[in-house]
Amino acid sequence: MDLQPSSKSSSPQSLKEVVIRFAGDSGDGMQLTGTEFTRAAALAGNDIATFPDFPAEIRAPAGTLAGVSGFQLHFASHSIFTPGDAPDVIVAMNAAALKANLNDLKEGGILIVNEGSFTKANLKKAGYEANPLEDGSLDGRRLIAIDMNQLVAKALDETELSPKEVARCKNFWALGLMYWLYSREPAKQIDWIQAKFKRKPELAKANILAFKAGYAYGDATELFQETFEVKSADMPQGRYRRVMGNNALAMGFVAAANKADLPLFLGSYPITPASDILHDLARYKRFGVTTFQAEDEIAAMGAAIGAAYGGALAMATTSGPGLALKGEAMGLAMILELPVVVVNVQRAGPSTGMPTKTEQSDFLQAMYGRNGDCPVAVLAAKSPADCFDTAIEASRIAIKYRCPVIVLSDGYIANGAEPWRMPKPENIPEIDPGFRTDPEGYMPYARNPDTLARDWVRPGTPGLQHRVGGLEKDQLTGDVSYDPENHETMVRLREEKIQNIANDVTEAQVEGAQEGDLLVVGWGGTYGALKQGVAAHLAQGNKVGHLHLRWLSPLPRGLEDIFKRYKKVLVCELNRGQVWRHLRAEYLVPAEKYTKVQGLPFMVSEIKEAIDAHLAK
Amino acid sequence: MTNVAKIKEPAEQAPIPFTRKDMKTENDVRWCPGCGDYAILASIQKTMPTLGVAKEDLVFISGIGCSSRFPYYMNTYGMHSIHGRAPTFATGLKVSRPELSIWMVTGDGDGFSIGGNHMIHLLRRNVDINVLLFNNEIYGLTKGQYSPTSEVGKVAKSTPYGSVDHPVNPMAIAMGAEASFMARVADTDAALMTDIFQKAHEHKGTAFIEILQNCIVFNDGAFVQVSDKKQRNANQVLLEHGKPLIYDDGKKGIALNTDTMKPYIVDLEANPEKTSDLLVHDEKDATGMLCHVYAWMRHPEMPIPVGVFRALQRPSYDEAVNAQREAIIAKEGRGTLEELLNDGDVWDVD
Repeated sequence: MDLQPSSKSSSPQSLKEVVIRFAGDSGDGMQLTGTEFTRAAALAGNDIATFPDFPAEIRAPAGTLAGVSGFQLHFASHSIFTPGDAPDVIVAMNAAALKANLNDLKEGGILIVNEGSFTKANLKKAGYEANPLEDGSLDGRRLIAIDMNQLVAKALDETELSPKEVARCKNFWALGLMYWLYSREPAKQIDWIQAKFKRKPELAKANILAFKAGYAYGDATELFQETFEVKSADMPQGRYRRVMGNNALAMGFVAAANKADLPLFLGSYPITPASDILHDLARYKRFGVTTFQAEDEIAAMGAAIGAAYGGALAMATTSGPGLALKGEAMGLAMILELPVVVVNVQRAGPSTGMPTKTEQSDFLQAMYGRNGDCPVAVLAAKSPADCFDTAIEASRIAIKYRCPVIVLSDGYIANGAEPWRMPKPENIPEIDPGFRTDPEGYMPYARNPDTLARDWVRPGTPGLQHRVGGLEKDQLTGDVSYDPENHETMVRLREEKIQNIANDVTEAQVEGAQEGDLLVVGWGGTYGALKQGVAAHLAQGNKVGHLHLRWLSPLPRGLEDIFKRYKKVLVCELNRGQVWRHLRAEYLVPAEKYTKVQGLPFMVSEIKEAIDAHLAK
Repeated sequence: MTNVAKIKEPAEQAPIPFTRKDMKTENDVRWCPGCGDYAILASIQKTMPTLGVAKEDLVFISGIGCSSRFPYYMNTYGMHSIHGRAPTFATGLKVSRPELSIWMVTGDGDGFSIGGNHMIHLLRRNVDINVLLFNNEIYGLTKGQYSPTSEVGKVAKSTPYGSVDHPVNPMAIAMGAEASFMARVADTDAALMTDIFQKAHEHKGTAFIEILQNCIVFNDGAFVQVSDKKQRNANQVLLEHGKPLIYDDGKKGIALNTDTMKPYIVDLEANPEKTSDLLVHDEKDATGMLCHVYAWMRHPEMPIPVGVFRALQRPSYDEAVNAQREAIIAKEGRGTLEELLNDGDVWDVD
């Protein structure tokens, strides 16, 4: 069977943007369907933003609300910055998926459901007393009910697969239907399935059959009155790829090590949602990467510090609970004054919290989660693609200032995807490790007068033998010192060194109104929602600015002046006001806060309304 | 970017010879007068110049505790790290810099209480470093609490009515982690210490050395049976590869009852013909059987085994990690940034 773009007579209706959510049991393969449809949109030149949302359980009980896994994709013919607030289309593979997602659907939105899974048992598991497909409760939506189970079974009739294996192909059937509905070219997808199941030709064949059957079904039936297309977005010239935050971090660190001509060493203990960085770097061995899966979070941090002591670009990856365990070792790295980067992909806390759900609630832990006065550098990535630049920036600062640097990412940008205009490798600046090899006049804790960084000396360097440790040390010789004045000097020097980083990073810049009624302040992965929320107000002529902080420790220069240019300051973050508290303490600015702690990112509409409310006050 | 942070090729230059004096730092040694640590420090300083390793390639890494002050007294590279975690820093350093000779100093609290987990994983990974466990069966630096190796009933500051918890057996734990090199020596036996340190250095993989060390202030005489030179011969049996277990100046030996798998003492004065019954030490015994027997030989029922329990070759972690990466690079070619970025679905916008 050859697939041609829609054979229906009318040409597809052109849309500027679409938000689709795929939802099903965690075993239904919805993450794959979503990822693949995203790939198709990206390759077709759309701007994209995605939001996968899945339970922590690998396979929660089938058919239950707890087991529902979702993947939201926003694709557009113009620039977009978030995965979209409300879906235009929901694809629900069973009753629980419908129930968990229905309320989010836009008014008049399209609802495509697999009615084959709306059995009595599944309805009961989802908590439905009557079948919503039959009782009129879905009126007002464009309901398209299809028995995908039966159609997939029919399409795979001739294969040797077991009924269970057949059922597992229905995500490709749904993908085929969506390809048809949005006028996507199917050939590349078929190639992809071939390649993916190279070692299992029978599964490749079955999934291709299912995919084609879904596509053909749209074309042949009268269920759909029209098809749609979203034209390619007008994006700046360059080479692009689709990238997720964790993936971009992994590549960024490889790039940084390359530019510093240092081996890259990762110490890590698996933890959601950071593990993918370990997985990626473990694949990158041929780029000179060493990964060490440690026995625990502490060992991962210790090994990274050991590698840094040996002269590697060393890093550790973790999430909130892991950062808590790393605290003591990070304090050692700080007092040893060795370069080491710690990535914290934040998740909802406290304690184990909600591992697969996003939050920004580790800011205060990153700042203060160690004994003693122990400042370290902290910066945050604002989007999946920005993770690449963030990794390089973190590495550059760690190496230059010989200090631990914490990168704050979060579950939302770690797993979310967007198109990334890649830099040319030759345009990424070199990083100079500046190892000391000259024994003449060497004192382990003498400092560079500009940066206040001490020398990085690798064991094995003749004539520079010295001892380092966690005990307070003399400000020059590095010998153990209990001298009161010396301790005060050292505590201040270490603090000043971190503050000096502000001389080395971009000054704070406001987007939108440069002065006026309200300044929206955010950091990290909320960038897209804040940007679009502010943009909506700018379109109405409101004088609203948006300041998004990349550097949190030290804070960038010029903030005080920026705050003065607005009547009100509103800090928006996914915690109970951690950066809000910090800014108020640092600048005595009467900032207000808008917060959300639901394990979910901000919606643009929420930001828009929060700004409304504060403008009206 | 390079693969390892190597500073020089090992064969580039022969190490400049040095003496034990060169190993001393200007720091005053601050252990209590009469502490067993002094003798261990002297033996280490004496051994280092004999290893053929350049002075700058020696690294001492410790955790926290009395013994962990050790790096401050060695004129080498050194790190006094945090409590219990020395194996983690040593592992990261050795993997990155396999050409360095790394010596880890720890105690019974540091190594088998707070750092027990790391110790197990260090040993099972077989990272090529040398571990000096200063076992004095007491917490010294915190001023005299019982330790995880203290005997049941230990009256100490935190156990005025005696401790009730059962101690760990470091050698048995090392065996459980399949340590590839295990040795034991008393802190007063300078000759045996030097011999063991040299063998530990030659061994590829983790060399685990339990030093029975006397804490003169909080647990004096804990190992008097073997540390007192007058009693030593009668109370310890020196393990020598390929030789029968004989002690007490040839008067006694150890044999194994192969029905019960238990060791027993043979009186060789009364029964010289039974020499042929004695257990013959095999440091390469891959079954772990012999080490298990030695680990549970306790005074006063049995003499305390000292010397090298085990020296078995198996691949070291640092070697394996680096070999794997180099093999991948050799096979697939060294990756460039261009390849890294383009490894995915890319598209061009003109």
